[in-house]
Amino acid sequence: MRYAILLLGAPYSCQASHSALRFARALVDRGHRLETVFFYHDGVHNAARLAAPPQDEPHLVDAWVALSTEHGTALQVCIAAALRRGLLDAREAARHGKQGHSVEAPFELTGLGQLVDLGLSCDRLVTFGP
Amino acid sequence: MSAPFPSDLLVILRHGSHGTNWLREGLDAALVAAAFGRGVSLLFMGEGVTALLRDQQVGPLGQKGTSATLEMLAMYDIETLLVEEAALERFGLTAADLMLPVRLLSAEAIAAQPGAHRLVLTF
Repeated sequence: MRYAILLLGAPYSCQASHSALRFARALVDRGHRLETVFFYHDGVHNAARLAAPPQDEPHLVDAWVALSTEHGTALQVCIAAALRRGLLDAREAARHGKQGHSVEAPFELTGLGQLVDLGLSCDRLVTFGP
Repeated sequence: MSAPFPSDLLVILRHGSHGTNWLREGLDAALVAAAFGRGVSLLFMGEGVTALLRDQQVGPLGQKGTSATLEMLAMYDIETLLVEEAALERFGLTAADLMLPVRLLSAEAIAAQPGAHRLVLTF
């Protein structure tokens, strides 16, 4: 089946990101296709390029990148939710006159319309939140 | 038209206007879907029923509030507003306390809603 994940929880604040990652791995292990992980609400913090967790904790941001690299899963981040929380890619940083950027590929800033299309086009959209 | 679903999207709102951003970002998803031509129903449950209270002020919290957004729902053709009747009662409210016309649903009727929509998003 074609799956998508909606992640609403911040990393390291609640279980949602860990559970979503394990679910994502289980899906692809079973031969399903995980089209996209969509990050919304506090879930956008999962896209923070500068996240530097202690070495004895799972690195959630790197884990999303690895999932995307290995399985071609798109990592889409709601642009409105991201910008108000300080998560900007290089283009948005330049547009808003900010030094440095906090989001980079394979994460991509996109609109909420993508979430709705995704939910209606995939066989399953599974939400993880706090 | 004999669509199996009366509406594409059901957005379930379970938080009030202030204290968290859940309601605002849930409504944003509903408005965007409607702007893209999707049929949207809103279901207010639990504390979410207080989002519809009349005469809300933006207040001193530095938040925009959501009543202005709710007033725009009709412009976006979002007219199916469903409310958990038991939650209203728990808060000592009636439909007359709410700013928009709503349909009150029993627990049984609520249980039927997710199956009547192609996509459900919960905030």
